[in-house]
Amino acid sequence: MKADLGSVALALAFLTAVGAAVAALAGRDGNRRWVDLSRRAVYGLCALLTLCVVLIEIAFASDDFSLNIVQQHSSLETPAFYKLAAMWSSQEGSLLLWAWVLSIAASLALYATRNKLREIVPYATAVMAGVAAFFTGLMLFAGGVNPFASLSPAPADGIGLNPLLQHPSMMIHPPMLYSGYVALTIPFAFAIGALIARRLDAAWIRSTRRFALIAWAFLGFGLLLGARWSYTELGWGGYWAWDPVENAALMPWLMATAFLHSIMVQEKRGMLKVWNACLIVGTFSLALLGTFLVRSGVLQSIHAFGDSTVGPYILGLIAVVLIGSTALIVSRLDDLRSEKRIDSLASREAVFLVNNLLLVAITAVIFWGTFFPLISELFTGEKSSLAAPWFDSYTTPLAIALVLFTGIGPLLAWRRVSWASARRVFLVPTVIATVVALGLVLFTDAADSPWALALFAFAAFALTGLAQEFWRGAAARRALRGGSLPAALVAIVSRNRRRYGGYIVHVGVVVLLIGIAASSSFQTNRDVRLRPGESAVIDGRTVTYERPTVSVNDNAITLGAVLSVEQDGKRFLLEPSRRFFRPTGVETGTIGSFFDGEATSEVGLRAGPGSDLWTAVQPDISALSRRVRAADRGFRECVSGAAGSPPQCRAVSRLMRAAAANPRLRPFALAQIDSLQAAVAQRLARTYLTDTAPATFRVIVDPLVTWIWVGGLIALCGALIALWPARSARRRPVADTELEALKEAKYREIRDAELDHAAGKLSDEDFALLDAELRREAVEILDRANGDGRPKQQPAEPV
Amino acid sequence: MDPDRKRKIRLVVALGVAVLLAGALVYTSFSASTEAKQPSQLLNAAPGSSYDLTGRVVKGSVRHRGEGIRFRVADRDDPSQSIPVTYSGTIPDPFRGGREIVLTGTVERGVFVGERDTLVTKCPSKFTTEGSGANEG
Repeated sequence: MKADLGSVALALAFLTAVGAAVAALAGRDGNRRWVDLSRRAVYGLCALLTLCVVLIEIAFASDDFSLNIVQQHSSLETPAFYKLAAMWSSQEGSLLLWAWVLSIAASLALYATRNKLREIVPYATAVMAGVAAFFTGLMLFAGGVNPFASLSPAPADGIGLNPLLQHPSMMIHPPMLYSGYVALTIPFAFAIGALIARRLDAAWIRSTRRFALIAWAFLGFGLLLGARWSYTELGWGGYWAWDPVENAALMPWLMATAFLHSIMVQEKRGMLKVWNACLIVGTFSLALLGTFLVRSGVLQSIHAFGDSTVGPYILGLIAVVLIGSTALIVSRLDDLRSEKRIDSLASREAVFLVNNLLLVAITAVIFWGTFFPLISELFTGEKSSLAAPWFDSYTTPLAIALVLFTGIGPLLAWRRVSWASARRVFLVPTVIATVVALGLVLFTDAADSPWALALFAFAAFALTGLAQEFWRGAAARRALRGGSLPAALVAIVSRNRRRYGGYIVHVGVVVLLIGIAASSSFQTNRDVRLRPGESAVIDGRTVTYERPTVSVNDNAITLGAVLSVEQDGKRFLLEPSRRFFRPTGVETGTIGSFFDGEATSEVGLRAGPGSDLWTAVQPDISALSRRVRAADRGFRECVSGAAGSPPQCRAVSRLMRAAAANPRLRPFALAQIDSLQAAVAQRLARTYLTDTAPATFRVIVDPLVTWIWVGGLIALCGALIALWPARSARRRPVADTELEALKEAKYREIRDAELDHAAGKLSDEDFALLDAELRREAVEILDRANGDGRPKQQPAEPV
Repeated sequence: MDPDRKRKIRLVVALGVAVLLAGALVYTSFSASTEAKQPSQLLNAAPGSSYDLTGRVVKGSVRHRGEGIRFRVADRDDPSQSIPVTYSGTIPDPFRGGREIVLTGTVERGVFVGERDTLVTKCPSKFTTEGSGANEG
C-alpha cells in the first residue's frame, strides 16, 4: 500500500520536475503564464517529495518491514529516535533526502524571486528542476535505489542500524551535509541563468547570497558534528583524518567561503565576475563530487558505503555541469568584463582577492591529495596514497596566511585606504600580536612549534582587530546617539547584520583554528598498559587504574575501567569502556560471537577550557577469549549429547533432536539455545572482573581542544546573525524592483563608508573622496529610476 | 609605468608562483606517498620497504596477544590469498573479521608488521548479514 502510493508519488515527482524544466524554458522570453506554471510545478514537486518522505518515515515508525529500506536499516529493537533517522543511512534514503531538500530550497528561492529577475528566473528554474529530475530519475531508473522497493513476504524483523551510527550527532550530521550540498544548487542555478540571459550585474547574487550562506553554515555545522563524533565515539582521539569523505565535504565548504567573500566584491564594485562564475560552478561540482565520493567507493575511505549503481550517473552529471558551464562562461566572457578595477592593494577587495586565492589553493591541495590514488595509478600503475602529514605540510602554512588576511581584511575599507589611516587601525592589533608572541615565547613552549606560534600571533592580531572594529563602531554610535556601551553594541550589530555577523564568524573561525593549532601541536598522547592498582604519570597528571568494570544488558557486553586522576591537586574519576554489541540479523551459534560483534569505545572525557583529558580503554580479553573458546567447545560436546554431560545439556540436545524432527520447533529451539548462550556469555564476561588482566589505555592531554567546538558554534551564531533579515526587509518582504534593490545596496555602501569614517578606519580626505564617488553613483541610480522606471539592460558604465 | 603593462607583469608573476607551487605539490606528493598493496602483491615483497596493506580481515582470525593482535588479511576479491599480520596500538572501533582495513608497515619473514596506530578500518554505514560481504565495505 505504502509502496504503491510512494512509487506513484515518486513517478509523479519525476514527471513534475521534467515538466517544470520544460515549462520554464517555454517561458524564457518572459511569458508569465509559463513561468508561473513552472514555479507552481516546483511547489508541487516539493509537495510530492514531502509525501514520499512522510511515507518512508511512517514505514520506519511502524516497523513496516515489507519495505526493503526499512528491513535493511531498522529493526524492532532500534530505538524510536534512530528509526526516524535511519532513512538517510541508506543509499536510496539519502537520494530521496537530496531531492526533497532541493525541492524545498528551490521552492523558497522561487518564492523569494517571484517578482524579480524576470530574465534569469526561467533558466534558473530549469536548472533546479533539471537537477531534481536527475535525482528522482536516479531513484526510479538506476536500479536498486528505489526507496519504495518492497519485499514479499514481509520479513518479521529488520537488520537494524549499526550501533556505531547510533549517536545523536551522527543522526544530524548527514542531513546537515546533504542540505549544505543541496543549497549550493540555488546560487549555481541562478548563476547559470544570469549567464544565459546575459544579466551579469549583481542582481542574481543579491537574490541567492542567502542560500550560499545557508549552504556554508550547514556544511560547516555538518563538518563540526562529524569531527565531534570522531573525537568522542571512535576511540582514536582525533577529530580530523584527511579522509576522502571528510575532504569531500571540506572542499565545497572552502570554495563556498571564497565565493561568499568574492561576491561582495562583485556586489559592491562590479569586479571578479568571471571568478565568481567559476567559483560557483566549482563549488557546485565539488558538492556533487562529495555526493559521488560518498556513494561510489572509488577511493579507499574509512567511510565505506558500498559500491553502488549511482556513482557513474553522478559522475556523468558532474561532467555535464563542468563542460556546459565552462562553455557558457567562455561564450559570455565579453559580458563578464569588470566594471571597475582594483584601485589599490590597500583595499578590502584586494585582501578579499588574496584570501580567495588562498582558499582556492587549499582546496586545490586537498583535491590533489584526495584523488592522488587515482592520479598515481594513472601515471605509475600503482595506487599510492598520501597520509595526513602531507596534507598538513601544505594546509598549515596556507591556513596561517589565511588567518593573517582574515585579520587584515576587516581593518581596511573598500576602494582605497591611505597609509595614514591604515597605520592608525593597524597599530593596536600589531602591538597586541607582538606582545602575545613574545609572551608565548618567554612563558610557554609555544616556540617549539614555529607554525603554531605564527598562528597564535596572527590570531591575536585578527581578534584584536575585530574587537577594535566592534569597539570603534560602538563608540561612533555612542558619539551620535549616546546610550550605554552594550546598547550601542547591540544597535550596531542589529543595524549592520551582514558586516558584524561576518565579523562574529571570523571570531569563531579564528578561535577554532587556535584550538586546532594548539591541540595538534602540543598534544600529549600516551598508550599505557596498567594492571588494576597501577598508575602512570602523564603530563603532570597521575592516572590510576582503580578497577575493571563489567556491565551486561540485552544487546551489549561492556568491559570498562574506573580511572582515578589527580590533576592540579584535584581528584576525579573517568570511566572509559569498550562495548561489544551483540551481532543482529545473524544466527550466532557460538558464545564467542557475542564478543565478535560491533564494538564501540565509550571514552572517558574531562573537558575543560585549558585542556581536555581524553581516555579510552582497550581491555585485554585474551584470558577471557580462552574461557569463551573452552565454553564453546563444551557447548558443542553438550549439544552432540556426549556421555557424562550435565543435566541442562541433555535438555538442550533433546531440544535439538526435537527441532530436527519438527521444523516448526526449530526457531523456538534456536531461540532457547541463543538465550542460553547469551546467559553463558554474560556470566563469562563477569569473570573479567576477577581477571586482574592488564588493560591498554590511551590517554591524551589535548590543550584548548574545547575551543574548536566553541569556535564552531560562535561562527554558526555569526552566520545566523548575518542571515537574519534586516528590519526594513521584514517590513517590506519584496524589494519592489531590481532598481530599488540597487538603490538600497548603494545606500548601504554609503552608510558603511560613514561608519568606517566614524570608526576612524577612513581618514577625512579618504572619506571625502569616497563619499563623493558613492553619492555620484547613487544619483546615477536615482536618475535611472526616475527616468523610464525600467532598469537598462546594461549596468552602469565604468566610472 | 603603463597600468596595463603593470597588470600584465603582476599576472605573469602570480601565474609563475602558482606554477612553481603546483610543481612542488606534484613532486612532494609522488615522493611522500606510500604504495597500497593487496596481500597477494606482498607475498614476495622486499623486506624493509614500507607499504600500505589493504584488504579484508579474515573472519575468525583475530587473536588478542597481550598488548597487540594477530590476524590474517586477504585480498579483497580473492580470500585464498592472505598474509599474517601483527599489530599493536589503537584498534579502531569498527575493526573486526570481514572488514576492510588499511595498515602501514613492513614485511618481515612473511609476516606483515604493522606500524603503531596506523590501522584504519572502513566504517560501515550499516549492518550486513553474514555472507553478503560484497555489499559491505
